[in-house]
Amino acid sequence: MTTQEKVNAVGMTRADYRGLPSTLCQGCGHNSIANQIIAACYELDIVPENVVKFSGIGCSSKSPTYFLSRSFGFNGLHGRMPSLALGALFADITLKGMGVSGDGDTASIGMGQFKHLMRRNLPMLYIVENNGVYGLTKGQFSATAEKGLKLKREGVNLYRPVDICKEALVSNASFVARSFAGDPKQVKELIKAGLRHKGLAVLDIISPCVTFNNQDTSLHSYAWGKEHEVRLHDIAFLPVPPRDEITVEDFEEGTVRSVELHDGSIIQLKKLEADYDPTDRWHALRALEDAELNNYMVTGLIYVDPDAPSMFDLYDLPEQPLNRMTESQLRPPRETLEAVNKMMF
Amino acid sequence: MSSQPSQAVQEETRSADGPIVNDFGITFCTVNGSGSATANNTVLRALFKMGIPISGKNIFPSNIQGLPTWYTIRVNKDGFLARIEKDDIVVAMNPATFARDMEYLVPGGVLFYADDIKLPITRSDIVCYPMPVKRLIKEAEVPTSLRDYVANMVYVGVVAQMLGIEMDAIYAALDFHFKGKKTPIESNFSVIRAAAEWARANLTKQDRYSVERMNATEGYILTDGNTAAALGALYGGVQFVAWYPITPASSLAESINEYLPKLRTDPISGKTTCVVVQAEDELAAAGMTIGAGYAGLRAMTSTSGPGLSLMAEYLGLAYFAEVPMVLWDVQRVGPSTGLPTRTAQGDLTFAYFVGHGDKNYIILLPASANECFEFGWKAFDLAERMQMPVIVLSDLDLGMNQWMTRPFQYPDTPMDRGKVLWEEDLEKFLAEKGQWGRYLDVDGDGIPYRTLPGNRHPRSAYFARGTGHDEFARYSEDPEVWERNMARLKRKYDTAKQYVPKPIIDDANHAEIGIIAFGSNDPAVEEARVYLAQRGVQTDYLRLRALPLTDEVEAFIRSHDRVYVVENNRDGQLAQLLTVNLPELGAKFRKANHGDGMPLSARWVRDTILSLEEK
Repeated sequence: MTTQEKVNAVGMTRADYRGLPSTLCQGCGHNSIANQIIAACYELDIVPENVVKFSGIGCSSKSPTYFLSRSFGFNGLHGRMPSLALGALFADITLKGMGVSGDGDTASIGMGQFKHLMRRNLPMLYIVENNGVYGLTKGQFSATAEKGLKLKREGVNLYRPVDICKEALVSNASFVARSFAGDPKQVKELIKAGLRHKGLAVLDIISPCVTFNNQDTSLHSYAWGKEHEVRLHDIAFLPVPPRDEITVEDFEEGTVRSVELHDGSIIQLKKLEADYDPTDRWHALRALEDAELNNYMVTGLIYVDPDAPSMFDLYDLPEQPLNRMTESQLRPPRETLEAVNKMMF
Repeated sequence: MSSQPSQAVQEETRSADGPIVNDFGITFCTVNGSGSATANNTVLRALFKMGIPISGKNIFPSNIQGLPTWYTIRVNKDGFLARIEKDDIVVAMNPATFARDMEYLVPGGVLFYADDIKLPITRSDIVCYPMPVKRLIKEAEVPTSLRDYVANMVYVGVVAQMLGIEMDAIYAALDFHFKGKKTPIESNFSVIRAAAEWARANLTKQDRYSVERMNATEGYILTDGNTAAALGALYGGVQFVAWYPITPASSLAESINEYLPKLRTDPISGKTTCVVVQAEDELAAAGMTIGAGYAGLRAMTSTSGPGLSLMAEYLGLAYFAEVPMVLWDVQRVGPSTGLPTRTAQGDLTFAYFVGHGDKNYIILLPASANECFEFGWKAFDLAERMQMPVIVLSDLDLGMNQWMTRPFQYPDTPMDRGKVLWEEDLEKFLAEKGQWGRYLDVDGDGIPYRTLPGNRHPRSAYFARGTGHDEFARYSEDPEVWERNMARLKRKYDTAKQYVPKPIIDDANHAEIGIIAFGSNDPAVEEARVYLAQRGVQTDYLRLRALPLTDEVEAFIRSHDRVYVVENNRDGQLAQLLTVNLPELGAKFRKANHGDGMPLSARWVRDTILSLEEK
């Protein structure tokens, strides 16, 4: 007798969300994130064909082949994933965009496109798998590496790091979150929330590089992360309509704050800090600043504006996906050309 | 074209006296930002309205206000519209360039000048007409703030009176320019009329130049190549445009914005069917375009040389991931920032070889505004059929200057969306062939079948990438897989020869000499051929319209003893490409190239070929 494999509301098994076997190092934080993407999509009942994956170049950018094999994907150029995703997502605005980038890809070579993507609020989940180091080229400093970090062949890092969440906040990103690959439950809940956000959801995940940057004192290491992570809140994401499996019993009444996303789904935050308000940008910046001063890492949903107009809202787009349109809809009728010729003098 | 001699050889062939009608060049020398463009276009359009063939060339600085600028109108009854090197008539409004502007006049030429320019007149062989610009403006009761702008209308009136430009034609030009708005039309026209009246009462005609109504502009429109390209793209069903401002390409994307609501609003939903995004730079503009092309939109970007440099990286990806996209390069003078407001054909070899590694691109070479429209729509059919970037090389002269051209013709072929599989197509394909692979060549033409994001068939998805991949889009570092894929891509490029526009060939003379040229040099070459024939030098002519080279090009070269390759750049880039592609014919090529930022003149083409013939 065979056991029927469990299916979700759209009739998919967990296996329908899998990808190819990972070729990253054993223990790489990125693999853990890929697994949480699979879990989040399964639990959200997302049809894989409705997702388009994008990435740049680097270890992180290889990972989209390790999940959602049934989704389209485009592994583009180093630091140039935002523009690629922007053009592609206009083709069918019912698709969900999911970008996976790294700290080099986003904060060094791709800083310009990253900033402008936030400015435009393109609806997509933008995950940064942040390990402070270039892995594929064998361990050079990235722009998020902390000052004073020592690497084997590079010596000491002289420069101050880029804080991706701070950059996102000052660029008016409408969803800014940080997590730690060693905290899979939080990673998953934030992925879910990000996928349901109607604008750009930036999710910076500290994802230790076990090969080149996992010294216990480095802020991109498992040990440091585990010891210094301070959650702003415990997070649970409730899709619409709420489903039974998601348990919220550990959220005590009176300490729970709910943020309703545009599609009606709800992020529940169990407050650890008494008065943290994730819809207040000033508050969010302050939290990041305090963390840096006091040498800890805040995780959770740092900022969200569920109602910020997305890029698609700014364009008056037809309901039918643009890429399904045919000649009769796209080529102006013959008689219009006569009028055009007359307009030319 | 008539075989009468014309402007390029004016000083050699003209009789010493007698009237010169509808055959001259006039240059307006003004200060940038003074509103002279309106005045100059008014003269140009009025002449066109009178049925006289004209071309207008704006020689302008990279500056918003204050530097000298020149606008040359060539009036030519025979329809020769290439640039001429000397002026018959100069309208001098700028003291800073007064002395030099005068030097460009032919003997017997005419100098109109603002009489507040108190500089010596150094020529005794010209006719001079001072114009009391300041006085006439004061009398015209124009608000002080507008004085500078209408000052230019004084020269329009004086020149019109002295040359015989009809007032009705001028009114029609103003009416067009100001889109029928009575107040600006009337205030400008009143200045023009008053100035003409003053000239009639105070100036005595001493020169030989005049215009007379003809019937030679019927069946033509007046437009610029960038507007034409934008309209062509809109008729080609463009759905996504990403661009970054750059001279001389900006007006292409801006024209798309201008005509989009009129032409591409869906009658039922009232929504527009094309998205235009001004990107943060050319890297992003290319990326957005390629993203859109990958996802099945007719996508384009427009730029100039410096932008093309930045797009190199993404073009390589589009070639290798086989993404359709259209890129317009309205060329200016490089290298580097070069001469941003001057014209050249200097991006040809770069466009052909752009990006690292082995790669090929389809290149289209429009030569007229009409052809900009035609290639505007055709480029999408080619890009989608071949699943690769199509680069259209226009230039500043073609793109930004006004040209009389045949009216735009409606696309004569249905849209070719190429090999795209939607859900049902894929189902059928799988049933028939058993398997589908994104990069699997099933037809033997090197062109695989593609699916598009949004296709909900569970077997439709694939992972596009710039890294090594096999027929099924799987990552591969296998040497055989790599080489097989690259060989297929080469085969695909060979297939493109069947689809690209063929050259236009005039070999009726069965001459020993062939000329090959492309793009905006066409008018200069056509005119030069007439003068060469007058010197007993017969030529045939092939105007190249696309790369890869089609078989006709090789046949043309083979059937000629020597082939002059005429182009507007320093190195003879087309000659280089011809030599690379047809090395065994290399000895036949003679470079006739030169680049100084100005469009080539017929005289230069003629003299260059003559002097090389003598060697």
